[in-house]
Amino acid sequence: MNKIFGVVLAVIGGFALGGIALYRQEPINSLWIIVASVCMYLLGYRFYAAWIAAKVYLVDPTRATPAERLNNGRDFVPTPKWVAFGHHFAAIAGPGPLVGPTLAAQFGYLPGTLWIIVGAVLGGCVQDMTMLMLSMRRDGKSLGQMARDELGPIGGFAALIGTLMIMIILIAVLGLVVVNAMKHSPWATSTVFATIPVAILVGFYMRSWRPGRVLEASVIGVSLIAFAVFGGGWVDQSSMRGAFDYDGTSLAGFVIVYGWLAAILPVWLLLAPRDYLSTFLKLGTVGLLAIAILLMHPQIKMPAITQFVDGNGPLFTGKIFPFVFITIACGAVSGFHALVSSGTTPKMISNERDVRLIGYGSMALESLVAIMAMIAATLLDPGVYFAINVGAGIVGVTPEAAVQTITGWGFPVTVDQMAQLAQDMGEKSLFARTGGAPSLAVGMASIFGSTFGRGLLSIWYHFAIMFEAVFILTTIDAGTRVGRFMLQDLLGHIAKPLGKTSSYPSIVLSSTLIVLGWGYFLYVGVIDPNGGINILWPLFGISNQMLAAIALSVATGIIIKNTKPIYALVTGGPLAWLALVTTVAAWQKVVSDDPKLGFFAAATDMAKKLAAGALPPDRAAVAPQLIFNQRLDGWLTVLFTVILWFVILDMVRICVRRLSGQPVVPSSEAPYQPTKLEGVPVTNGLHGAAPVGH
Amino acid sequence: MSAVLTSARSAAIRWLSAGWSYLRAVSGDDAYERYLAHHAAEHPGQPPMSRKAYFCERQQRKWTGVTRCC
Repeated sequence: MNKIFGVVLAVIGGFALGGIALYRQEPINSLWIIVASVCMYLLGYRFYAAWIAAKVYLVDPTRATPAERLNNGRDFVPTPKWVAFGHHFAAIAGPGPLVGPTLAAQFGYLPGTLWIIVGAVLGGCVQDMTMLMLSMRRDGKSLGQMARDELGPIGGFAALIGTLMIMIILIAVLGLVVVNAMKHSPWATSTVFATIPVAILVGFYMRSWRPGRVLEASVIGVSLIAFAVFGGGWVDQSSMRGAFDYDGTSLAGFVIVYGWLAAILPVWLLLAPRDYLSTFLKLGTVGLLAIAILLMHPQIKMPAITQFVDGNGPLFTGKIFPFVFITIACGAVSGFHALVSSGTTPKMISNERDVRLIGYGSMALESLVAIMAMIAATLLDPGVYFAINVGAGIVGVTPEAAVQTITGWGFPVTVDQMAQLAQDMGEKSLFARTGGAPSLAVGMASIFGSTFGRGLLSIWYHFAIMFEAVFILTTIDAGTRVGRFMLQDLLGHIAKPLGKTSSYPSIVLSSTLIVLGWGYFLYVGVIDPNGGINILWPLFGISNQMLAAIALSVATGIIIKNTKPIYALVTGGPLAWLALVTTVAAWQKVVSDDPKLGFFAAATDMAKKLAAGALPPDRAAVAPQLIFNQRLDGWLTVLFTVILWFVILDMVRICVRRLSGQPVVPSSEAPYQPTKLEGVPVTNGLHGAAPVGH
Repeated sequence: MSAVLTSARSAAIRWLSAGWSYLRAVSGDDAYERYLAHHAAEHPGQPPMSRKAYFCERQQRKWTGVTRCC
């Protein structure tokens, strides 16, 4: 039965992929892409993940999990697998897979789509599932602890520093996305601002009025937020409009102050309630988007491959290799998931065989979200897509100049078309709204509009903007808090009192340092006339993929100790690919002579122009900061690469010792204990002989 | 005929109640009830935490460490 299912899947999936290949010269329907990706995920889940679970992890359903052995009714609790799946998916779901594919669409729909599918099936899902498994076998240890225990102190320290840096870049880039979405848009700004008092209200409700009534509070909060979307439209028409009309710099200031307050205030007031709201919004919106895409199955208007694969793309510079992989990042492989997969979720798993659904399955679903973001970006007219996403510094400041440049690339668009679109969406202008959020919102609004009623386009647009903003602000809150914990951990090594996570002076000091860190990058991104995202997103992509490579190194080092060395290729293969991609990308960003690609080349080029007086006054004013920032980004890239190779070499050292029969650091796996939970057949001597399908 | 209707209705009720329980479990809405059950089984005789104290502790624990992603 299972075999027939697999064969049917393979045929449908092959057919759909073949369809994508055959239709490359003409517009293709988005349904092909959805069908192909879902089939590939199911095939990967049914065969590859099951094989890995059985042969590489030696999953043993009779082995008691930490949730059972250490059950304390709090964090260690055996949880039904679909509930644990829901928790885990909510934890890994973030705004990254919505932004990355939107930007990568400049290469055409095909390269990004293929990498989202292949990268997830062979890389990202495997990484998530492996980290979950390894952490579960070690009583829920974190990635950093596992790196220390299994590789050595260097690996552990590198993982900690790498994570902290990535966190800072990540928050800055997401902050930039949200600032660009609200810039000079009173509707979007007032709606997003309204979500703050709503979150506080929900926080009081859940803590004081009706403690722990999560669902009641969430329903109230989500309804109020939906109401705020309409309220924003009313504000936009009223005399209060001016009170919410801000430029990028002021909005960046708001986001920075907000992030700082959210980090030092108690979690129940802002962070926790906001997280409930954004989780419900995300699941609801993504579900709605999936239904709408299936009902409407729009044509993809973007060509399969554009001329920008040669490296001259207007959203960001760089050839298709390695930059499509760097840009997609989270939708295919996300290093950050390694942090979430180690720690919280492993303490909830009631049986080892659930790891496949929770680890592999959640990431496959997250990857499907990235596919939907790709569809939302590529169903727009390519000319409109570029007009929204390319900064004024590249296409020209006036609408006339912008449409002329973009039409010249072979993607026709007119000023009238953009004006009509902006009017439909309830915005003043949609030119040069970089960052991916506005273009995704236009894409989502057109899908929702044609499925559920066209008259409401502007409502759908602002709903989509609000959904992304709420989501991103939650990541900013949570990320600042996580960064604060990491920094306190680091500072604790220097001066003991600073490491006390509950000490208020230490909280304020470390939160301020973290906020200043990302606040700086956010500010420079906002003043950059090219939109900032073209610098920050590649930096984020490189760092995220490097974190994935660090996690895969730890996993490979562990697997090679415990099973047949050849099985280490399961994580070693994706690791080799990510190491290649990130190192080539970092190399190009550092040494390239092209000022649009290389950080140092850009700094030198701008310094020369500044000295020669060739810059217009507004650009000359910000040039010194931009020059410093480009150099800083260059050095950061060098640092990331050095950290990555330290960890890889540490792992290679372990592998070489193991293969040549020398002693290695022993595995820190918790010893076997039989499960006493019901529903598991008691068979003796089953270690390592788990059935493949179940 | 009425037997078919009754069984269809009870199936629908079963599905709805399963969906409702799932929603409560995933969102953490039923966490306190689970805690009470665990506490009664493992530490009989000792007074459990109040609903509010349990929820505050749970929230604090949830937000210590890396729990959300990009």
